[in-house]
Amino acid sequence: MNPETPPESVHEVKAALDARSGDAQAKQRRQTVLRTGIAVVAFVVLIVIVNALTQGDFFTAGNLTNVLRQITYNAILAVGQTFVIITAGIDLSVGSLIQLTGVVMAQFANASGLGGPLLVIVTTLVGIAVGCCAGLVNALPVIRFNLPPFITTLAMMLMARGLAFKLSHGQPVPLKSSAFDALGTQYALHDLLAPLGMPGIPWAVLVMLVVVITFAIVLTRTRFGRYVLALGGNEEAARLAGINVRLVKMFVYVISGGCAALAGMLLMARFSSGSPQTGVGSELQSIAAVVVGGTSLMGGRGSVVATFFGALLIGVLNNVMNLLNIESYTQDIVLGAVILLAVIAEELRKRVFAR
Amino acid sequence: MAAITKSFPGVRALDGVSFEVVAGEVHALVGENGAGKSTLMKILAGAYTADGGTIEIDGKPVTIDGPKAAERLGIGMIYQEFNLVPDLGVIENIVLGIEPTRGVFLDTKAAASRATAVLAELGITLPLDRPARRLSVAEQQLTEIAKALVRHARLIVMDEPTAALTDRETDALFALIAKLKAQGVAFVYISHRLEELPRIADRITVIRDGRAIETRATSALPQNEMIQLMVGRALEAHFPDLPQVATDAPVRLAVRDLRAASNVNGVSFEVRAGEIVGLAGLVGAGRTEIVRAIAGADVATGGEIVVDGKPVVARNPHAAIEAGIAFITEDRKAQGLVLGMTVRENTTLAHLAAYSRGPFISRAEEVGITNREIAELRIRTPSSEQAVKNLSGGNQQKVVLAKWLTGDARVFLFDEPTRGVDVGAKAEIYTLMLQLLARGAGIVMVSSELPEVLGMSHRILVVRGGKIAAEFARADATPEAVIAAAAGVAA
Repeated sequence: MNPETPPESVHEVKAALDARSGDAQAKQRRQTVLRTGIAVVAFVVLIVIVNALTQGDFFTAGNLTNVLRQITYNAILAVGQTFVIITAGIDLSVGSLIQLTGVVMAQFANASGLGGPLLVIVTTLVGIAVGCCAGLVNALPVIRFNLPPFITTLAMMLMARGLAFKLSHGQPVPLKSSAFDALGTQYALHDLLAPLGMPGIPWAVLVMLVVVITFAIVLTRTRFGRYVLALGGNEEAARLAGINVRLVKMFVYVISGGCAALAGMLLMARFSSGSPQTGVGSELQSIAAVVVGGTSLMGGRGSVVATFFGALLIGVLNNVMNLLNIESYTQDIVLGAVILLAVIAEELRKRVFAR
Repeated sequence: MAAITKSFPGVRALDGVSFEVVAGEVHALVGENGAGKSTLMKILAGAYTADGGTIEIDGKPVTIDGPKAAERLGIGMIYQEFNLVPDLGVIENIVLGIEPTRGVFLDTKAAASRATAVLAELGITLPLDRPARRLSVAEQQLTEIAKALVRHARLIVMDEPTAALTDRETDALFALIAKLKAQGVAFVYISHRLEELPRIADRITVIRDGRAIETRATSALPQNEMIQLMVGRALEAHFPDLPQVATDAPVRLAVRDLRAASNVNGVSFEVRAGEIVGLAGLVGAGRTEIVRAIAGADVATGGEIVVDGKPVVARNPHAAIEAGIAFITEDRKAQGLVLGMTVRENTTLAHLAAYSRGPFISRAEEVGITNREIAELRIRTPSSEQAVKNLSGGNQQKVVLAKWLTGDARVFLFDEPTRGVDVGAKAEIYTLMLQLLARGAGIVMVSSELPEVLGMSHRILVVRGGKIAAEFARADATPEAVIAAAAGVAA
């Protein structure tokens, strides 16, 4: 650029910059490792304290597995919710979509005449299709008429819940087939982990880990993920950069609907029935997990892995309070306070780490 | 203010700056972006607290520990981006925060009379019940001035007040400043438009690298010397020489009878390879709207856009980019950049597919291309991983340019390419335009700075009412002729 600079020096400058970019990325990695380290240490300390309080009930393979199983549904919901919230949107319909997809899948499974793994796969696909369609319906008024997602997903929340009750006449739909039992109650990697005194990993937990890892990669490594972040950061700049912001927004709600359906499937498998009662209020749980994970409701920033840890933190809290026999009303109070404190702590951390 | 210092992590933004403003004086602060003008101003406004130094008002030392304190001390701030509440009317905005009340209720009559009294004193009329969002830039500015005066401001700080004003509005503003000066109001006047300073400023302080380099009476500081002080080195001619357009150069962009609802009413012109076509005109004439319609940012309702002989069919930004059109927007913060993202992420945003394998982004390729652009454009940033919100205005603008240079665009639409950019970066942007021409690009440039249009265009199209009102070859374009055509009067 500079007329005084001979052209070859651009290459020298670039080489120096490449080294610095490497350094900067290494620094970021170190910071991540450091932060994760701090979090792990804090977690271990917490576990030791909690373990002492619960007289050793907490830190057992059985209980920890239980915690993971309990957070499965919320974590999967929260993954979809993370994408929506990064675009500065919100999805209030996911709780009702658990109800709706649970009922629809149970009725489909009972009517299909299929069996075995094929039944599981086809039913799941049907449920995901329903969830994705609901997501599409959430998204269309947002991208077409610029309606606030709060409104469109609130409407979907009511409609999906109503439909779930209407289809099931308000009664749980018990599954006739036992094909879902494996997903609901059984363990994977049993043989591998048995020598360690663990029963294995619940299938549902395995599904959750796959979802978390897949969407973590989608958000951080793919063009779509970058577009989601760019759209949340500055929609107009993203649009003028040639990004089809409407399409990206649409997919975000479709993903959230699909995640809700997956959570609905796992809950149905867990209880061997699709119930219109299951999942009520879980949209707020998922938002809590996203927020505790440090994703900003203003959009533009967020991490799927952090959301997972947000869900885990909430799950551990619930579990510990249960072990300590704290009554459920008190549990809600504590949970609310912890969510608030977690978000304040994140805000303070950002100020310290700023620049 | 004496010996003001202010440090940010890693940066000493101000390093012992001292200057004084006397009653009835307009004191201009000039300096490149990042020199420290804004920081100084924010200290005056109470947005930042100084790390060291003293501030005296009427001879008494004061501390400004917040915006309220600044207001109490009679300091009024008029930022480049105004601080009006978009949905409130003029009166409500003027009395915002100091609303007169009767008991617990707002006293709207008293509010109206206070606001109108100030406006009458200023000798200006504003549509009082119109929400601020629907006021013109000049009207918003007048509202801000009235807002400061209602609070009995004795010192008004203005940041780039003329950046978005037409010449006529600028004249009105200067007349108003002169009037207030006569009443003893002092002004700190920050501007990149050096040519307007002789008209308005009594004294000028040049700030460079967080230091006050020189304070002189305006008449004793010619413009070229001022620029030298600002950049700390002599700058060659203000505008570079434009190379001739080859007589057989192909037409890069042809626009035929373009129409859009946004105020584009049948525009036709052509741009050839190696040519810069300047769009001049008053604010609101439809210049920006024309380039926005070409870039697909606004939907064109009629007409034809042809790039290298191929019509651009779909009317959205993506189609325009695919066709080889790059649009460097006027407002980089609102439209050009994702401020929270890094230099790398912004640079590659428009052509991400080129640095991807399937759906996956190759970070190594991204870093490579970004660092090449950082080196070539001399973007001042610690690394490609810095968030662009931490860069200065000129460097942010270079990141916007980097984003469009990485593709294979052949038509570049520049909307106010040097607005809010310092002298050094301006020269670099001009040089870059020449390099684009040498690569065979065609350029359309919208600029409100007449010298820039005249100095950097092969041809000048004057826009009025969403149409091309006149065309000048570079040799025939005089400031008088262009202004006359823009205003619709005979020269």
